[in-house]
Amino acid sequence: MVRLKFLARYAELVGQEDLELAVPVPTTVAEVVRRVRASVPGAGALPEQPLTAVNLRHVRSDAQVRDGDEVAFLPPLAGG
Amino acid sequence: MQGGYTTREPISPAALLALVAGPDCGATCLFLGTVRDGPEDGGVTGIEYSAYEAMVGAELDRIIAEARRRWPAVRVALRHRLGLVPTEEASIGIAAAAPHRADAFATCRYVIEEVKQRLPIWKKELRADGSVLWVDPQGRPAVVGPE
Repeated sequence: MVRLKFLARYAELVGQEDLELAVPVPTTVAEVVRRVRASVPGAGALPEQPLTAVNLRHVRSDAQVRDGDEVAFLPPLAGG
Repeated sequence: MQGGYTTREPISPAALLALVAGPDCGATCLFLGTVRDGPEDGGVTGIEYSAYEAMVGAELDRIIAEARRRWPAVRVALRHRLGLVPTEEASIGIAAAAPHRADAFATCRYVIEEVKQRLPIWKKELRADGSVLWVDPQGRPAVVGPE
């Protein structure tokens, strides 16, 4: 099980901030993104390669995802 | 400084300066980023900031640790405001104090540039005409809602 977090505009697209996704682990961020876009209502509007973080760290799409990890979908950053 | 980086209250420059003050520091830089309504900004009355707060804390701990490795004698304090920030008020304040000015300037610049690149914070512009727009990192607004 992987925990999903959608932030800001992506939370509006999906209609919620937190979800869980049953996915064979270990896997990659790219595979989690693919499954989310295909199966989560509203998530088809997410980019194919969104910014992502795993367990509070920015990661690339080939990063590993393990059971219980939190995968966050981040719109383009605009802090400061 | 660990944690406590975000606030929903106005940022106090004096409080930031007090956090980095010390007898060994002969130079202090204070950076304030403020909500702007310039001629090209279309009547911005305020910006609503939202954050992935747990990651903001983790990422800022990393950014400040990096700064301390590069400039070991520097002290840094930072606050980023969340929620509605009216035009002219500060959305971010960074204070950096060092024995000499070069390191204070360099640290302050390093931290704000890394913040812009890495901090998971987003903003919605509130316009005078009542519209509300997500802002992308290049400053171009995006229509709220599904594309």
